[in-house]
Amino acid sequence: MNDKLYRGFLFIAALVVPVVCGGVVYALVTDAYEAFEYFGFFRFLTSSEWSYTDGAEQYGALPFITGTLMTTLLALVFCIPFSLPVALFVGEYFRDTQVAAVLGTVTDLLAGIPSIIYGLWGFYTLRPVIMALDISEQGSGILTASLVLAIMITPYASSLSAEFIKMVPNDLKEGAYSLGATHAEVVRKVVFPVAGSGIFSSYVLAIGRALGETMTVTMLIGNTNNIPESITSTGNSMASVIANQFGEASDLRLSSLIAIGLVLFLITALINMVGKIMIKRARIS
Amino acid sequence: MTTLNTRNRLLKDRLMTWAVCLLAALTAVPLLAILGEVLLRGYDQLSWSFFTEPTPTAYRAMKAIEAGEPIPGGIANGIIGTMIMLGMAVLFAVPTGILCGAFLAENQKSRFAQTVSYLTDLLQGTPSVIIGIITYIWVVVPMKGYSAIAGSVALFIMMLPLIIRSTEETLKILPASLKEAGLALGGNNARVMLRVQLPAAFGGIFTGVLLAISRVIGETAPLMFTALGCSLIRWSVDKPISAVPLLIWEFFNDPNLQELIWGASLFLLLFVLTLNLIAKYLAKKWNQ
Repeated sequence: MNDKLYRGFLFIAALVVPVVCGGVVYALVTDAYEAFEYFGFFRFLTSSEWSYTDGAEQYGALPFITGTLMTTLLALVFCIPFSLPVALFVGEYFRDTQVAAVLGTVTDLLAGIPSIIYGLWGFYTLRPVIMALDISEQGSGILTASLVLAIMITPYASSLSAEFIKMVPNDLKEGAYSLGATHAEVVRKVVFPVAGSGIFSSYVLAIGRALGETMTVTMLIGNTNNIPESITSTGNSMASVIANQFGEASDLRLSSLIAIGLVLFLITALINMVGKIMIKRARIS
Repeated sequence: MTTLNTRNRLLKDRLMTWAVCLLAALTAVPLLAILGEVLLRGYDQLSWSFFTEPTPTAYRAMKAIEAGEPIPGGIANGIIGTMIMLGMAVLFAVPTGILCGAFLAENQKSRFAQTVSYLTDLLQGTPSVIIGIITYIWVVVPMKGYSAIAGSVALFIMMLPLIIRSTEETLKILPASLKEAGLALGGNNARVMLRVQLPAAFGGIFTGVLLAISRVIGETAPLMFTALGCSLIRWSVDKPISAVPLLIWEFFNDPNLQELIWGASLFLLLFVLTLNLIAKYLAKKWNQ
């Protein structure tokens, strides 16, 4: 094969990615247009009404945007107290040991479990616990979904954080030790400040994962179309309302769901981009 | 005073170590809990007929429950559907992904390659439910119906960035001298890529493909609006078809079929986790 042909071949294969991405944006925008045109872009985003009574259809994305933000932030809060110790365990305390490898395998497997199985576990195991503890009556809701989401994003956050913790230069740590610092002080005063931006960016990427998680949230959030009043009430996230209603929707409702999809796509794209840029910067410095 | 202070600091240090160990160990709890629950509730459902028979209708299942018998049927329709869709997706995603990954590794500095690299990240981060919407708009609407083809397109889009990334990363860490030696022997770029670089990178790429398969095989959301599901065993690609995760979703929503959830989940879980472990083992072996 001559060189030009070879390069052309690779180029065409590489072209697939921009074509798919362009197609994604194009299809979402054109199909969401009807909803945006009918309700107005900002009114669609800020309206909290979602009713499909014939003739008086009203669709607004606010309940689902709120639901997504609440589940994601809550999941992040629940995930940090576990993923940070895992990262320290693997990247600092038991670095390159057999136990760290075992813990690494555990988190890898956690990352591999399909989201529908997380959903089942949340529904049949965690939900009864929440009900028994009298936290909420129906068991499903923002809180239940966030708890399972937190487990799901822990592997992503911890493996990336561990990578940055491992990159902290040894001479810095040794310097601190030679001044008489304890291990805990080294972690707090040397490891965290140096690896901090990297650790932060790994949580940004974990947020990116949590935002779009679909099946788990759909099975656990309770699926009601109103703005959740508290963390124990039911709601819907952007992904879960699409999963729930897309199959039965048509016309304006379908377009509204696709519009929600477009908003979700833009938010995740933005978060992922910010995360990637931060990681790149953290790696260089 | 100083001794007290030192004791305090040492105590804090010990506390911190224990807290890290304890909290880190706690992350194993959900894994064991999920594995345990699925195993305990699912193992007695696995039988020969579970893998060879299609899903029963809700009516048949209801009759069986009323008669106090175990629900007849299994998940053969889902297994076959998953195999067909995954097979088609792999068939297209592997060559495209490898070529694209090779392009990125060869042209690291070009503007276009950097854009493609960024878009690959974008695609990888796109929520799976959106891949489902897109495939619905692209494939289901023009074809006027749900189909295995649509399902495999969705899986293709999900696998592609994973394979591109693993190919690119593996090719990048090959020593430059390898390529130079090939070129010095008189091979052109294509020949060196095909005969030297790709074979040397085979381990990493293969692991990447395995991980990509294990990632998409449990995907439910993108198949809901594309493959839809079907309770018959089907071999045609232009009609709605089932998949194992779709069946789990179906069982979850149908009180009559709920007994079948755990067997199907156990099968899916074991499959995914085994694939994961194999990939990890191979990666370790080939890295040495």
